[in-house]
Amino acid sequence: MRSIVALVSGLVFGVGLVVSDMVNPARVRGFLDLFGGAWDPTLAFVMGGAMAVMIAAWLIVSRRSKSLLGHALPGHPAGTIDARLLGGAAVFGIGWGLVGLCPGPALANLFLGGWPVLLFIASMLAGMMAFSLLNRAA
Amino acid sequence: MNFVLNDALAGLAGGALIGLAAAILLLGNGRIAGISGILGALVNTSLPATWKENALFVAGLAAAPVAYAAIVARPDIDITTSVPLLIAGGVLVGIGSRLGSGCTSGHGVCGMSRLSPRSIAATLTFMAVAIAVVTAMRLVMA
Repeated sequence: MRSIVALVSGLVFGVGLVVSDMVNPARVRGFLDLFGGAWDPTLAFVMGGAMAVMIAAWLIVSRRSKSLLGHALPGHPAGTIDARLLGGAAVFGIGWGLVGLCPGPALANLFLGGWPVLLFIASMLAGMMAFSLLNRAA
Repeated sequence: MNFVLNDALAGLAGGALIGLAAAILLLGNGRIAGISGILGALVNTSLPATWKENALFVAGLAAAPVAYAAIVARPDIDITTSVPLLIAGGVLVGIGSRLGSGCTSGHGVCGMSRLSPRSIAATLTFMAVAIAVVTAMRLVMA
C-alpha cells in the first residue's frame, strides 16, 4: 500500500508540474528574473496553490498521532538555522538560477527534455553522490 | 511585470495538484514530499528501507508528463543554458539540496506550509541567490 501511495503521489506531482508549466525552465527563470522588466509571477501562484493544500494537510496531521494508513508522522521541525542549511540553500540557489531546473521539474522532464535535461540530471546525481561520500567520510 | 490571467490560474491549479501530491504522501505514508531527499536517498552510500517507494515516486513523477503529453499536450521545455553551465548547475543543485536538507518541494512547499523556521530561511536564501544569479547573467549578457 505504501508503494501505491508513493506512485500515485509521484504521478499527481508530475501532472501538477506540467499543468502549472513549472517543467519549463524558461518560465521558472522568468520568475527569478525579477529586475528584467517582464517579470513572470506564475511560480508565486504555483507556490500559493501548493501551500494552501499543504497547510490543510498539516492541520489534519496536527490532530493525529499516525497517518491515515497508520504510519509514523514526521516530528516537529527542528529550529536551528545553521551555516550548513543556509550554505546548502545558497549553493542550491546558484544552480537553480543558472539553469531554471530544480530536482522535481528535472525528473518530470526525464523523458521529454532531451539531452540537456539528461545532462543536468546526471550532473545532479553526481553532486548528490559526491555529497553522500563526503558526508560519510566527515 | 507580465501578468497573464490564464497562466496564473493554471499555476494555481497545478500548484494545488502539487500540494495534493505532497498531502497524499504525508497523510498516507507519513512522508514529506521532498524530491531531493527522496532522490538523494536512492543514490546514497546505504539504501534505506523505503527505497522501493522512493523509486516508485520518482517513476510516477517521470511518467506522468509523458502520459500528459500523449493525452493532452506536449509541454514546452526551453533550456537556453550552455553545456558547461548545465553541468555546473546540476552539480550545484545536487550538492546544495543535500547539504541544505531540501529543495523547492521539501523546504518550499512542505516546510513553509508548516511554518518551519529552517524551511522559511532556506527558501528565502535560495530564492534570493537564484534571483541574484539570473540578474547577474542578464547584466553579463547585456
